Amino acid sequence: MAEKIKVAVAGNPNVGKTTIFNALTGARQKIGNWPGVTVEKKEGTKKHKGHVLEIVDLPGTYSLSAYSADEVVARDYIIDEKPDVVVQVLDSTNLERNLYLTSQLLEMGTNLVLALNMSDRAEMRGDDIDIPRLESLLGVSAIKTVANEGGGIEALLDSIVSKTESNPPKPHEIGYGKTVEEKICALEDILGNDTELTKHYPARWMAVKLLEGDENVLSKLSSSNIEGKVQNYLSGFDNEEYEVEMADKRYEFIGALLPQVCTTCAEDVSPSDMVDKVVTNKYLGIPIFLSLMWGMFELTFALGTPFMGLIGKFFGWLGGAVAANIESAWLASLLGDGIIAGVCSVLLFVPNIFILFFAIALLENSGYMARAAFIMDKLMYKMGLQGKSFIPMLMGFGCSVPAIMATRTLEDEKDRLITMLVTPFMSCGARLPVYILLAGTFFGREAGSVIFGLYVLGILVAILSAKLFRTFIAKGQPSPFIMELPPYTRPSLVNSLLYMWNQGYLYLKKVGTVIIGGVMLVWVLAYFPQGVEYGSAESLIGSLGQLIEPLVAPLGFDWKIAVALIFGVVAKEIVVGSLGTLYGTGGGESLSPALLADPSFSPAIALGLMVFTLLYVPCFGAVAVIKKETGSWKWMFFQAAYSTAVAWVLALVTVLVANLVL
Amino acid sequence: MTSKIPLSMFPSGQACQICDVCAGKGLKRRLVEMGLTPESIIQPLGCNRGSLLISVNGSRYALGRGMANKIMVQPVYEEVPQFG
Ligand SMILES: Nc1nc2c(ncn2[C@@H]2O[C@H](COP(=O)(O)OP(=O)(O)O)[C@@H](O)[C@H]2O)c(=O)[nH]1
Ligand SMILES: [Mg+2]
Repeated sequence: MAEKIKVAVAGNPNVGKTTIFNALTGARQKIGNWPGVTVEKKEGTKKHKGHVLEIVDLPGTYSLSAYSADEVVARDYIIDEKPDVVVQVLDSTNLERNLYLTSQLLEMGTNLVLALNMSDRAEMRGDDIDIPRLESLLGVSAIKTVANEGGGIEALLDSIVSKTESNPPKPHEIGYGKTVEEKICALEDILGNDTELTKHYPARWMAVKLLEGDENVLSKLSSSNIEGKVQNYLSGFDNEEYEVEMADKRYEFIGALLPQVCTTCAEDVSPSDMVDKVVTNKYLGIPIFLSLMWGMFELTFALGTPFMGLIGKFFGWLGGAVAANIESAWLASLLGDGIIAGVCSVLLFVPNIFILFFAIALLENSGYMARAAFIMDKLMYKMGLQGKSFIPMLMGFGCSVPAIMATRTLEDEKDRLITMLVTPFMSCGARLPVYILLAGTFFGREAGSVIFGLYVLGILVAILSAKLFRTFIAKGQPSPFIMELPPYTRPSLVNSLLYMWNQGYLYLKKVGTVIIGGVMLVWVLAYFPQGVEYGSAESLIGSLGQLIEPLVAPLGFDWKIAVALIFGVVAKEIVVGSLGTLYGTGGGESLSPALLADPSFSPAIALGLMVFTLLYVPCFGAVAVIKKETGSWKWMFFQAAYSTAVAWVLALVTVLVANLVL
Repeated sequence: MTSKIPLSMFPSGQACQICDVCAGKGLKRRLVEMGLTPESIIQPLGCNRGSLLISVNGSRYALGRGMANKIMVQPVYEEVPQFG
């Protein structure tokens, strides 16, 4: 009989939770939601000794009093879902702070297993941790792990399984001093009247959380008849008084515990600090950051190009084979002009996108991302944001959807709103196909500079919009910036590959569903009504295009571009996909000559189209996630309207200027 | 008498000690939970256009200027000065 065990992996940020989670579950992960900086719980399963472990990777949190949206996810999961076992991952080189969360988990009476991770680092500097003593003092099991090398993972699994077989632990008690204890006792008495509630949660723990003003626990009382009494009692004094005091007491408890279990050899200046001296230097910081970015895109193109050639050849061959072997004219057209031409023009760029995601994973895993936030803090502050907002914006180069979700790490609501509204201007991977096609076709050897310019334009629009929003919409100061910087590590290959695969998989899934669907629709509209020339102005799509052409005519766009832009709202790659389908070119590479031959295209128009594609309403996925994360239709429509207006104006300026210059 | 001044005004390059945080209770507790406990020693590591890089209790933190204004510090004395 396989028994299901619910396991949650929790801990401070950057202690190695995701690495442990990956090591525990292998590739058996559900990637329903976006991975990356873990902001939403990620699930996986593992069979071990006849048990099925359902493991959840939670966002990093310093304590159970949540401050930011991602911490709320972690806290609510632990409190509401009541996992059978909580694995807290600790950084062995910084036990004091890590044990703060442990003390809170113990108070709750969770079934706790400690993974003392980064034990390689602790050992290297000569720390000595007495595990048996730690276990007996806290009444938990503790395992030393080196997650990035798989060390201790088997033992951790054994420990999780045996934890479920032992009796549930008695909640740990921390003494808070006379005045606070009196309040706790009084609250415990009131709570004791609701036996239903105290059956689920220890009364003392609830009393402590109530004194700390925990909203989740307060909301648990709403259905109970003792709520009034509790509110009444709490309103009798200012409980904020005690928040800091209680935190201090927890540290006191840890302070008394630590010397008994571990001897630490603090280091003065770590190698990581020496790197930081250079990387965050006042003069070198920004140039180093820019060269890393440049290197990242250079890598994306240099490594991607040979693959592009191969994929192009394959589809060229496939298109030829279809044309030669399929009798029925309409079917050959659907497959050749429609699906193959459309999908090929998008699939061509899969290697680039995988490489881009890999590069972002390397930046994130090495610890550099946090430094970039630090370097940019001053600039971001001037623009009405704070350093931390820079991380989601950087992730926006990959894909806006996980980037917008990553804004959950921002504590302040206004900071978060502004960051969400401007992140889609950061040029995501899906826009790359449009640039490569158009810049490659019309700008030849200058294509690289044109594409770089588009990225810069995106950043500028994002930054200026942030300033605008801060001045007119979300008035006020950015919240004070503080962020822990993880030590630099050699990025784990497995982690980075998994990240790349998870993100790239979602991209492929998009090609397989939304994009095939989109180009098939374009084909149907281009093929019918029966008898008209394929993709001509007389076809259905021609009529549709001409209907909306006036809207973009001032920019010099013709109806084909109008159609491509309309369908591009679904996913921006479709701009290229539908051009491929409309021009009915079998292989992606032959779309270029078709565009060059079309008199309604010119370098100026191509530039305008790229600017428009960069800036106009983000794809459905991004728009939907803005709605979900802001919880409001208003902001979603605002973002869509604002970005389209900006796109229209800037594309017009681009075309006008380009016509003068080119 | 010890002189308490904001971290942002403290002469750069010198170690100092946290004595207080001038902020709402929420932020105050947040800092404690992040490991910036009262009386901890702050080692400055670097400065970039007003943002600070510090080491406290073995962890590294990046602080914006606004945050550095809220953290009150005093110099660290090698031996506790004796009065009276
Ligand atoms: N030296 C060392 N590095 C580790 C260990 N475990 C994880 N790391 C690295 O620490 C970094 C942060 O890990 P991650 O799993 O993303 O942390 P999370 O934020 O807690 O999910 C990654 O670069 C890992 O490769 C370990 O045991 N030893
Ligand atoms: Mg993680």
